[in-house]
Amino acid sequence: MLPSHGTAPPACKLLVDGLTKSYGSVVALQPTRLEVPAGEFLTLLGPSGSGKTTLLQMICGLVEPNGGRILIDGRDETRTPVHKRDIGLVFQHYALFPHLTVAENIGFPLRMRGIAGADVDRRVREALEMVHLGHLGDRFPKELSGGQQQRVALARCFVYQPSVILMDEPLGALDKKLREHMQYEIKRLHRETGATIIYVTHDQEEALAMSDRICLMNHARIEQIGTPHDIYARPKTAFAADFIGVSNIFRGRLQRDEGGAPILVTGGGRFRLSPATAGTVAGQGEASLIVRPEQLDLDGEGDNEVSGQVVDTVYAGSETRVLVALGDQSTVTVRLRRGMSPPPLGNRVAVRWRSDAGVLVS
Amino acid sequence: MSAVLLHGADEGGLRQRLRFGPLWLAAPGIAFLAVFFLYPVLRLLGLSVQDADTGAWTGEHYARIVDTGVYFRVLMGTFRIAGLTALFSLLLGYPLAYWLAQLPERRRGVMILAVMVPFWTSYLVKTFAWMVILGRTGVIGGILAAGGLPQPELLHNEFGVMIGMVHAMLPLAVLTMLPVMTGIDRRLVQAAETLGAAPGHAFWLVYFQLSLPGIAAAGLLTFISSLGFFIVPALLGGPQQTMLAQLIIAQIQEMLNWAFAGALATFMLAAALVTCWVYDRIFGLSTLSGEGSRRKKGGGRMRKAGQGILSALAALTAAAARVTAPVLGERGRDRLPAVYSTLVLVFLVAPAIVVVPIAFTSSPFLDFPPPGYSLKWFEVYFGSDLWLGATLRSFGVAFATAILATLIAGLAALALARSTSRWRGAIFALFLAPMIVPRIVIAVGLFYLFAQIGLVATDLGLVIGHTVLALPFAFVAIAAVVKGHDWRLDQAAATLGANRVQTLIRVTVPLIRGGLVAAFLFAFITSFDELTVAIFVSGGVKTTLPKQMWDDMILQLNPTLAAVSVVVFLIVMALLLIAERLRRSGR
Repeated sequence: MLPSHGTAPPACKLLVDGLTKSYGSVVALQPTRLEVPAGEFLTLLGPSGSGKTTLLQMICGLVEPNGGRILIDGRDETRTPVHKRDIGLVFQHYALFPHLTVAENIGFPLRMRGIAGADVDRRVREALEMVHLGHLGDRFPKELSGGQQQRVALARCFVYQPSVILMDEPLGALDKKLREHMQYEIKRLHRETGATIIYVTHDQEEALAMSDRICLMNHARIEQIGTPHDIYARPKTAFAADFIGVSNIFRGRLQRDEGGAPILVTGGGRFRLSPATAGTVAGQGEASLIVRPEQLDLDGEGDNEVSGQVVDTVYAGSETRVLVALGDQSTVTVRLRRGMSPPPLGNRVAVRWRSDAGVLVS
Repeated sequence: MSAVLLHGADEGGLRQRLRFGPLWLAAPGIAFLAVFFLYPVLRLLGLSVQDADTGAWTGEHYARIVDTGVYFRVLMGTFRIAGLTALFSLLLGYPLAYWLAQLPERRRGVMILAVMVPFWTSYLVKTFAWMVILGRTGVIGGILAAGGLPQPELLHNEFGVMIGMVHAMLPLAVLTMLPVMTGIDRRLVQAAETLGAAPGHAFWLVYFQLSLPGIAAAGLLTFISSLGFFIVPALLGGPQQTMLAQLIIAQIQEMLNWAFAGALATFMLAAALVTCWVYDRIFGLSTLSGEGSRRKKGGGRMRKAGQGILSALAALTAAAARVTAPVLGERGRDRLPAVYSTLVLVFLVAPAIVVVPIAFTSSPFLDFPPPGYSLKWFEVYFGSDLWLGATLRSFGVAFATAILATLIAGLAALALARSTSRWRGAIFALFLAPMIVPRIVIAVGLFYLFAQIGLVATDLGLVIGHTVLALPFAFVAIAAVVKGHDWRLDQAAATLGANRVQTLIRVTVPLIRGGLVAAFLFAFITSFDELTVAIFVSGGVKTTLPKQMWDDMILQLNPTLAAVSVVVFLIVMALLLIAERLRRSGR
């Protein structure tokens, strides 16, 4: 019943087919198709209002769709009430029950499934061990730190082994250091349990670090789906390039030069494009060339060049970035070569890159 | 007072001690309550154990209560009526509060007015309305007679008292439960459902448990308020439904037996305080809000038992839902709360509206529907020096009370908001205490004090008495706003060069204006509607509007009372709407 692909896909755990939602005249999600194979860690990434939370809430049944279907393990669950769907949801603000102890919170889904007695105690204990909170079962959520509360929320979700686990910006309330630590923890849980996880975030670094695949969303629809590397190295749109990582975007017209080689004519100059780079956009017309800071070189090699004035240098520990203001008021960001000392502010510099660097999008 | 001095002394040094510390602002209120609240109440309790002639210690008044069957019966009857009132107010009010809590904020604001209006409507007006509705020639009687049906006796029995009491207490129950319910994070219920809880389980095991503090507080307040009632049982009940407060009034007004009245008042006060204590022990925030650190030993077993009961209720709900599902259908089930809530709101608002046509009747009786219409009862009201004088006196007293209460409460609220003193809790309790101590106890105590210092039958006496009663309402209104005040703005003003007084006048007061206005109006309405103190303190020609209404209602029901009720109702409505408008713009 699933559409066949070139390569045999692993069993499809979740299929979202033509799912759509609007509130009055506001479209929260345009008809959307999404396939998630079993065991995948898929991230829904996008700015606020891009439809990612709406999609998540429809999958778990908290929001009713206007159209389309949701299939879990091939079963149509579109109209199944929330509590009968075999789905786990980790809330942004944890949603731990303040009147129940940590152990009672984790035992809650088990009891709701008619499991009782020693079975509950054993599984709660195991879940607590799994998130390294074995000693805190008798505490109340209020007595725990933010990171500990987040672990309890994770344990409460993993304890009943739902078919699909949804996480709605679960690390949004934590500080940076704790966030990074919890990212490892969630990845570890994913590895150990083999769960299928759909993870919502607006933090692109988090998405790149954690996901098997990223589903980039914008304006209530999917912009691009792919592995983190795919999306970083081969963004399909200027939005994708801009949203993920730092990008320099040159907008212009795709043309052929006298020799028939592809070039991009921009306000800042004419840039040569390798046939492979130009090949991503058919024909001629409006196009944007996206070049990452690490593909640009300061006073170095390359067959394309722009020049400008150094306006700032940003030291970020592992690397240093130089901001160069071009003649047309735009700025490009260049990663400084290792070992090179940053140029003084105000210096005129040439920024060069190879014709096969970067990605051309229409 | 000593609390304040001690606090200052902690910091050492004379200069330090006289510093303009935050708690000093509460000093006027503490002094006022000490003289006009604590002292009179304690004095009254003291009288109850003194021999009237010799002043020697005696327990004879208490022995008389226990030995004389009639007093003991009244005591038990009072607890019974108060308990039933609290119970029915909770049962009827919980679904309404639940429904209100889940409305979008804007619609909820409108619907709450339908609870606020009966809440602030004078007890006298409400009781008068029920006399009109339940009376022999009243609304229900008229409908039944027209249908040729027998007329059951609805007035002067327990049914009449319960209707009047529950109608009077229901708004208080709803308004107490509502903030707790709106504070419950609805996502917790969603979370329970994603974890596999059916709607019934999610409600009982999560929502209901989190709403328990509200239920307990509502039960406490309705029970304590009901203990001191006398208007409803006197006018809607029969001799069988006599309540404690009626006995106390009779002892003072007819027998001048202070000691015995004091003993009866002690019983009432003790009942109120014991209820408070039980509330703190059982429902005390510790077990319910999940603050395990304060859990006592053995609490675990009680929790387990409670969870078991709730699980059973959840299973029962699920079964009930299965049985009723085919009858109601999905749409019927979704509409049930709204239909129910509308009915309760009609029950709350309708009585006041029924009074309006009676005010315009052409008949000298309270027939419903009126045989014809005229303005003559308004003419009687506006042509009567007695009524107009009472109205003007009530306005003046209410105005003075509102200013005094707002000033005292405002200073105290500011003081407590910034204080970290260990006396903070005690002072907070002192300002709320006049709400917990039954009004009749305060009123009798003040009467005794005023009789000694010549304040009986004076406007000043009325203002002082009403201010004591209005202080908790004004204090709560201001404290709520001050709690949300961003004190960094005051710090900002200070860094910008404003001194303390300038900061207070130019930054703090404008920002908490909404609370000040609400406090003023609540104090105004409290005084305008007040009868208990007025019964004793306003004498002869110096009568207030509620006192005049009460005298008329006891003596002879007449349509002038309906006209007065309409006037009072419109004034209170107007004040409420102004308060609501200003509260919103103040945000």
